Amino acid sequence: MIRLESKGEPSRLFSYLSPVLAMVLTVGTGALLFELMGKPAGPSLYAYFIQPFTTLYGASELGVKATPLILIGLGLSVGFRANVWNIGAEGQLTLGAIAGGALALAFYEVETPLLLPAMMIAGVLGGMAWAAIPAFLRVKFNANEILVSLMLTYVALLLLSYLVHGPLRDPDGFNFPESRLFHDSATMPTLISGTRLHWGAVLAVLAAGAIWLMLSRSMLGFQLKILGDAPRAARFAGYREPKLVWFSLLLSGGLAGLAGALEVSGTVGQLIPTISPGYGFTAIIVAFLGRLHPVGVVIGGLTMALTYIGGETAQIEIGLPAAVTGLFQGVLLFYLLACDVLINYRLRFGRRLAIG
Amino acid sequence: MNDNHNDPSTPLLELRGIRKAFPGVVANDDVSLSIKHSEIHALLGENGAGKSTLVKIIYGVLRPDQGDLLWQGKPVDLAGPSAARDLGIGMVFQHFSLFEALSVAENIELALPSKGEGGFDRAELPDRISEVSAQYGLPLDPRRTVLDLSVGERQRIEIVRCLLQDPKLLIMDEPTSVLTPQEVGRLFETLRRLASEGCAILYISHKLQEIRDLCETATILRGGKVVATCDPRQQSVQSLANMMIGETPLKPERPAGRVLEKSNRLEVRGLSLPAQKAFGTALKDISFSVRGGEVLGLAGVAGNGQPELMTALIGEVLTYPEAVRIDGQPVGRLGPRRRREAGACFVPEERNGHATAPDMPLADNGLLSADRRMGLTRGGWILSRARDRFAGEVIQRFSVKASGIGAAAKSLSGGNLQKFSVGREIAQNPGVLVINQPTWGVDAGSAAAIQEAILALAAEGAAVVVISQDLDELFAIADRIAVMSEGKLSRPKPIGEVTIEEIGLLMGGIQGEKTGATV
Repeated sequence: MIRLESKGEPSRLFSYLSPVLAMVLTVGTGALLFELMGKPAGPSLYAYFIQPFTTLYGASELGVKATPLILIGLGLSVGFRANVWNIGAEGQLTLGAIAGGALALAFYEVETPLLLPAMMIAGVLGGMAWAAIPAFLRVKFNANEILVSLMLTYVALLLLSYLVHGPLRDPDGFNFPESRLFHDSATMPTLISGTRLHWGAVLAVLAAGAIWLMLSRSMLGFQLKILGDAPRAARFAGYREPKLVWFSLLLSGGLAGLAGALEVSGTVGQLIPTISPGYGFTAIIVAFLGRLHPVGVVIGGLTMALTYIGGETAQIEIGLPAAVTGLFQGVLLFYLLACDVLINYRLRFGRRLAIG
Repeated sequence: MNDNHNDPSTPLLELRGIRKAFPGVVANDDVSLSIKHSEIHALLGENGAGKSTLVKIIYGVLRPDQGDLLWQGKPVDLAGPSAARDLGIGMVFQHFSLFEALSVAENIELALPSKGEGGFDRAELPDRISEVSAQYGLPLDPRRTVLDLSVGERQRIEIVRCLLQDPKLLIMDEPTSVLTPQEVGRLFETLRRLASEGCAILYISHKLQEIRDLCETATILRGGKVVATCDPRQQSVQSLANMMIGETPLKPERPAGRVLEKSNRLEVRGLSLPAQKAFGTALKDISFSVRGGEVLGLAGVAGNGQPELMTALIGEVLTYPEAVRIDGQPVGRLGPRRRREAGACFVPEERNGHATAPDMPLADNGLLSADRRMGLTRGGWILSRARDRFAGEVIQRFSVKASGIGAAAKSLSGGNLQKFSVGREIAQNPGVLVINQPTWGVDAGSAAAIQEAILALAAEGAAVVVISQDLDELFAIADRIAVMSEGKLSRPKPIGEVTIEEIGLLMGGIQGEKTGATV
């Protein structure tokens, strides 16, 4: 019989060890799964986890995928600390992509260095606007932001679909649901030539630094942490919950919107019906994998990026289905939540001693 | 009561060498005690002495790591509370678990085993309740809704529920902490009658006078160990206190020659507030004022509007500007931070989660309420050195036992966390201090230190409001006293002009009349 016994105090060691343990278990489960599907585990795991690093292009793709995950994960982790559960980052990303992309198309013929920054700002504002809806409804009517933000994601995806099928469709595009390809002045320059790694990666690292400073040194970050840890103590201190809810949602929405604008200008280069392979949802795992800490989010973002790239490689090399990416992500979150139990509890084997 | 093993020489219940450890603390260490038939046995000790753990072991909630339980001379292994109930052990908890929307009979029915398992027929239950309540002088109408009942009446429900199962041992956990002095008197009569009919009572308390009045034997716990077993009637309050605490005097030193200032530093005028949540208490036209140098005590039974008044004074709930004035400035519409800037500091009742964030280190908890008054931030950034220095000062000045400023608030014992919460506010040298239950659940040594710090602050010219259920405490430190009852406040009277009985009647207030109607 296995029992859980309270440790009394949460273990700091296990709060760092738990993500590592979860990853080891995920790889183990993956190996088992590959074997069951009749694929040799060794080469499959190699294709999934190692092969992407064997070329510069593969390694740079890690940064490409990690950039939106880190940006969004940073914003979400701030909100999660304050008990503000923005689950709709995917929708905010989409709105950011629409806002940034629409700007690029509106100034299609204009060549100016101001266009890219303007697109980024438009992306941020688009994401914020989408996040403002759950913020307003929660503050004003105490509506659950989890449901509101999640459902708005589908609205955003349909809005994008409408736009690329209609008003923003490429006039010379043979009726394909795509916008025109952005001009050079609307395309984010790459960091390394021959790869798709663009300047958005630098923005993500800078954002991580800024969020770290905000959480560890500013009164605002302190208030967010108190609101999440002890809401009554926050009221006692006199922190204004509505203000903090607004801030959390606007920050995470803005960062998701920025990620969306970066995707269309840096990676995709046009508006298409599907801009993100679920970055907004995967970033939720990134935030928890990174222990809601900015540095952890960077590591978590790189890890989850690998599941995307590995999934693609595994499709090509071994002929595994595309669903394997989602499967790995789900299994990882599952193990992470299970391993997190060890932060507060230890396992005891055997029966409890009877007295009397 | 059924009697198969009623040989009076065998103790009803005997504990031998009970030991129970939790991670980080040994709650009970080699505890032995024996309860005779028909005996009222006191279990005396400060908060944290291990009383609750021991009681949970007796009631089958916890299992001891070592040691034996003997019931009527035979070793038993209690697998759970139901096993304890089967033996004939009943327990009345300090905090009742009653459904307020249900009737008395329905609540009792829910707690009893169903008919097939030796319970009662639903139709007979109201009659049985009336029968038992009449027999033991516990007036209770089985048809009334719990919501309408006073705390004393609710306690009777729990007692009657136990009595319906013919207990041989009744455990009472701090039963008087929620009662008026008059209700306490009535409860004692009931308990004595029960004992005279053969039911032993294990009475848990840290109120010494009560134990001297009621109990024949007392087992005194300190730090998880039995330090003495005695007849409390042969002891003085002081000698019992010495055994319980070990050192320190009980009464705080009152600084001599206090001068009251002429002007009111805190003024509350016509404060009314609708109940904030279901079953909360509405505040009705509360008015009082406190001068500099003065301590005003607000007595009252729990649940009569104390937490509501506290949140209105802190500014967690806003009223209209003139309802609260600090040094003449109307602050009724200002939040807590602006009220602190105006000169007031507050210590709410619940120290874990309200006064402090439990998982945060003490340094951050200092920042929680002192950031503005102590200048711990600049331009929105935390000055970490000033923050650490402030928390360190509070720890040192108020002798808070903690591993340092990095210790999480919840790692501190109740008394030490309370010393930190009170110390954090006093260290800000406020002009007005409002404290709710300053020494609730705090060991006597810390309680005396807190009371002295309050008096010292008043001596420096601050106006202090102490909300407390502990009348002894209020009589020890307050200059004037008023009573809260059903959201209303009586007119404050100087401490020299009132008696405990008078206060007790006010505490019963309207509730007393209501109860009277059903007797």
